[in-house]
Amino acid sequence: MSMNIAALTPELVLAASAVLGLLLGSWLPRHRQWLVRLVAALACLIGVAATAAAMGEAPQTAFDASYVVDTATNAGRIIVLAATLLTLCLSVETVRAHHRETEFSVLMQLAALGTIMLTGASDLLLLFAGYLLASIPLYALTGFAKDALGTEASLKYYLMGALLGVTMLTGITLLYGAGHAISYPKLAQTLPVAPQSVVAVGLVAVLAGLLFKIGSVPAHFWVPDVTEGASTPVAAFVTTVPKIGGLVAVYRLVSEALPTSGVNWSLLLAVLAVLSMTLGNFAAFFQDNVRRLLAYSTISQVGYVLMAVVVATSSDLALRSLLFYLAAYAVTNLGAFAVVAALPHAPTVPDHRGLARRHPGLAAVLIVCLLGLVGTPPTAVFLGKLDVFTATIDGDYTWLAVVAVVNTVASLFYYLRWIAPTVLPAAEPDPDTDALARAGRWSVLGAYAAGAASLILGLAGGVILPLASGTS
Amino acid sequence: MLSIIVFLPLAAAVVLAAVPASANRRVFTSSWIAVAGADLALVVAAWIGYPAGGGMAYEQQLAWIPSAGVSYHVALDGLSLPLVAVTAVLFLACAVYSLRQTDRVKSFVLLFLFLHTVSLGLFTALDLILFFVYFDLSIVGMYFVIARWGHGTARRSALTFFLYTFVGSLALLLGFIGLALATEPHTFDILAITRADPLAGDGLHGALVLLAIGVGLAVKTPTVPFHTWLPPAHTDAPAAGSAILAGVLLKMGTYGFVRIAMPLLPDTWRQYAGVVVIIGVVSVLYGALVALAQEDFKRMVAYTSVNHMGYIILALGAAGLVAGSDEQARTLAVTGAVTQMVSHALLTGALFLLAGVLHDRAGSYDMRAYSGLARPAPVFAGVTGLVVFASLGLPGFSGFIAEFQIFTGSLATATVATALALLGILITAGLLLRALHRVFLGELRLPDSPGAAREFLDLRPSEAVSIVPLLALALVIGVLPHFLLAVIEPSANILIGVTLR
Repeated sequence: MSMNIAALTPELVLAASAVLGLLLGSWLPRHRQWLVRLVAALACLIGVAATAAAMGEAPQTAFDASYVVDTATNAGRIIVLAATLLTLCLSVETVRAHHRETEFSVLMQLAALGTIMLTGASDLLLLFAGYLLASIPLYALTGFAKDALGTEASLKYYLMGALLGVTMLTGITLLYGAGHAISYPKLAQTLPVAPQSVVAVGLVAVLAGLLFKIGSVPAHFWVPDVTEGASTPVAAFVTTVPKIGGLVAVYRLVSEALPTSGVNWSLLLAVLAVLSMTLGNFAAFFQDNVRRLLAYSTISQVGYVLMAVVVATSSDLALRSLLFYLAAYAVTNLGAFAVVAALPHAPTVPDHRGLARRHPGLAAVLIVCLLGLVGTPPTAVFLGKLDVFTATIDGDYTWLAVVAVVNTVASLFYYLRWIAPTVLPAAEPDPDTDALARAGRWSVLGAYAAGAASLILGLAGGVILPLASGTS
Repeated sequence: MLSIIVFLPLAAAVVLAAVPASANRRVFTSSWIAVAGADLALVVAAWIGYPAGGGMAYEQQLAWIPSAGVSYHVALDGLSLPLVAVTAVLFLACAVYSLRQTDRVKSFVLLFLFLHTVSLGLFTALDLILFFVYFDLSIVGMYFVIARWGHGTARRSALTFFLYTFVGSLALLLGFIGLALATEPHTFDILAITRADPLAGDGLHGALVLLAIGVGLAVKTPTVPFHTWLPPAHTDAPAAGSAILAGVLLKMGTYGFVRIAMPLLPDTWRQYAGVVVIIGVVSVLYGALVALAQEDFKRMVAYTSVNHMGYIILALGAAGLVAGSDEQARTLAVTGAVTQMVSHALLTGALFLLAGVLHDRAGSYDMRAYSGLARPAPVFAGVTGLVVFASLGLPGFSGFIAEFQIFTGSLATATVATALALLGILITAGLLLRALHRVFLGELRLPDSPGAAREFLDLRPSEAVSIVPLLALALVIGVLPHFLLAVIEPSANILIGVTLR
């Protein structure tokens, strides 16, 4: 059995810092628990540095080829770690000096670790382990505040996760039975000759779990409730990070385990992509609560990313567009949530009236991020969309690209509904209920960082894109 | 050199952004005028240095996203140089006109500087994605101008404007991707795709790509049936915003046809030129007829824009028609189309600024409410009269030169269509004269909306200084067109050569 520990530095550092944080937190007084957060942030930075150093190397495997470290894993690591770092920054005001502050950081690191495992898993059982590790901490984080909305959301999230997790396990059993293997390379050889109906049912069942992770239709029902019920940093994390792992995992599953099987997974995924973007958009149309609006917007965004997975084997651009879109989506979505976190007393769209005059910086970030989510140049998501559409048309799914364009137009409506009040003059000032009071420095800093990153990724795409296009 | 011209306003905006909004508004308005003036001077220098022959000048290409086939590629030729120049002129005029702006001056100036860079950038772009980036950003910038500084149902109009033109821009993007994927190796470079002519002989693919690009540009131009966003957007936008929207942003659509649709899809363009001609004629007639029925001065001008854009589309379609006609007539049609873009930018820009004066004095655009303004405001009446005459194509002004060339160039290939379009001139002349008549002659009468002043002030210096030069330029082009035509013609000739190959 080949262990190849050295290739796993980021994962190991993250796990070690989670354990260390838990121990530290047990001994530290409440007002010094920020040390745990510092340790977590350092672990993320070390992970990013280690990954960046290993970026150009040839693909490696660990644990008997059940875990692959290639371009997709490396990109997934960097995106997940950067997103975690940003969320840690956003959450400072929410959980500072909370008596369970340590747990917050530790749970977040464990969820990030699980997500990274999802990106690298090349083996059905490891995939399931990653699924569990990426899910369970998030159930706890959702109900972290122990209030009514959060508890309800947490329960809903958990029940759905448990149900679809069992479904996924069933699917793994079926694929194992049909292909006599759990590692992707072996499955790729055995599944084409296995009974197609069994493979199809098994694949759909495995996908069920992954679709739950990425919050795509038809496993999306938890998204709006969790986004509204959990605290804003948790909502930002839950709607951003697991998607990265889940989508790369779907990509790996279909392109490495089923590339030549007779099951038409690409049409299945195309239909799911269409449903996801359309349903997400329509549901977002008249949302007044900004968090619910963002929740539905993330559902529609997943639809666009799924397009890249649809053409996983029919276009050379698929992997590159998938990874770049994920990075762009992560910073842009986190930026929008950061603005929400920075304005804790403005839960609805009309509350943002006069934001541009009151906090021009935050308004600028909000406008950049929302227009970014639409796909307006020169933000990162524009480049991502351009790449994804190109890959889709290249993979002979032109109709899917057309549907996506129509959806993009529809999505404009609700993003603009939010942008418009920010540039209007403020309503009557009311000193008692100041909706636009800022939470504190850290969430504002996070918002600036995310907004800037969204622009820089868009403008410097020429430097980033080649990194994502390595062969997997 | 070219990049300096394009990015100078944006750089100025970045510097101005650091000045606190509480500073004296003169700081912002005067630096805006200075920057716009400096930019115009640079453009004039570029014009003087532009070599004869119609080729690309001041070319610059930098790698931007090489793996996706996207580069920062800019240059000027005889088709884009006049538009760059008129953009610079119009922005300077708006800067002078807005000297008296009091409502949130800082953001107003920053937004216009941003739009300035975006507009110049679009006319210089030689890469499809670069073109698209500017195309989209112009929509975003104008959305905020209308939504924030507009009046009436501004937010609603701004949303309509955004949704319509954004739909168009996405159709455009699909078309661009289709073009790039057909080229080997994949590239978005306009010159490279022109050389490769990837969709020659691929009927269906070419038709779909042209449909996507055509719809995208037609929304922006706008032509019937995609024009419905234009009247509300114009009516509710502030005067300077309307002038830029009509003068510069509409040209992005028509410029797209000569820069992208014709040279990149020559086969398909020739095949469907008949459709283009019909759309052009319908726009001409429909725009004129609907303008005739308007009571709102700004809406009327907006519909005459649809009419004027129709002539351009007609000429470009006629230039692609296969039957008969020599190359010279086609070149004449394209030259006329580009001249019309310049002429329309100057004259309609001036008309919208004049409409702004009307609104500033009495708070209404309703022509029924006004009468006899010539007595209290003779200069205003005189300038408006001249602009109106120029706009309806009176010889001696730029409009005549443009329309004369368009009709001469199109008559041979599209005889019936051109004859029908001539009717459009007649209607426009009638309706513009009728408007003059109603507003300026007769007994003095002003709208009695609350808060409206009892007397009607004549043009202020800042208004006169911004509007009169536009008229003067139209006159210069009308009397001495050679300096402009000498630049346009060689490039139009090259374009026709590419389209007919």
